[in-house]
Amino acid sequence: MLSHTLRCLRPSSCTLALSRQLVHHRPHMEPSGPRPVETTVRTKLTQALKPEHLEVINESHMHAVPPGSESHFRVLVVSPQFEGLSLLQRHRLVNDTLREELSTCIHALAIQAKTPQQWSNNPSLAKSPPCLGGSKHDNTVTEKLKAVRD
Amino acid sequence: MNSIITSTARCLRLGSWHYRAAHNNGELLSGWARLMCSEAAQKNLAEIVKKDKVVVFMKGTPAQPMCGFSNAVVQILRMHGVDNYAAYNVLDDQDIRQGIKTFSNWPTIPQVFFNGEFVGGCDIFLQMHQSGDLVEELQKLGIRSALLDQEKESK
Repeated sequence: MLSHTLRCLRPSSCTLALSRQLVHHRPHMEPSGPRPVETTVRTKLTQALKPEHLEVINESHMHAVPPGSESHFRVLVVSPQFEGLSLLQRHRLVNDTLREELSTCIHALAIQAKTPQQWSNNPSLAKSPPCLGGSKHDNTVTEKLKAVRD
Repeated sequence: MNSIITSTARCLRLGSWHYRAAHNNGELLSGWARLMCSEAAQKNLAEIVKKDKVVVFMKGTPAQPMCGFSNAVVQILRMHGVDNYAAYNVLDDQDIRQGIKTFSNWPTIPQVFFNGEFVGGCDIFLQMHQSGDLVEELQKLGIRSALLDQEKESK
């Protein structure tokens, strides 16, 4: 599936066709109960980047972590603050905003950082690649999950 | 490349050993040991990222990635015909895993370096591939992307 996705993502007319297929993706299982990490991420990104559009998606269920975890996230941030910034600069802005969470409870963070113009040209949410189970025997992930519970 | 990894691992393990030995002599000394270990690790990483044109810190190996995001980077490089790059498995060494995050001030793995310069993680690498920028950046490294040849063939 990944190789199919990457083949279609070659710099060609295929790219546009594929992006239309990448509609807003919602996890089929929304975690029930309190979501403190997701709430904090949403709050911090909103305060720091004043986004015109923001999506914070808990993708933990796609990974080898217990149900209800808040360890793997995807964020889509559309903000005029990204104007004139390189991809690296934009992602660093997001990382810096979430520095505390990234050093404690968040194990993986997928980022899309677009200007309002870029978003209106291509309003699509990217999809994360399939998990290869790396978190299953990863002590640092266990520690981070404990950090959320404590 | 293997000797670099071995010597780096040896240095980092040595640093850790020094930390454990110094810990018994009080806080100040163990702090110094930690600093020395960390500085040595950072220095080694600074050398490692410059040693090869393309360097990837990932989970698992190119033959057997242990993470979907790391795998995506490997697959993209493969698509562009880049198979001669240095890949470091952070799951093998927690010191490298933490050290590279400090070195590049970047909190996650995978991490890609071109000519010693941090390029980004999986998201950035994927967008560079999608936009065509990756072909250009590889060209600057003196690497001809295989996609250029495929486009030629299809014309």
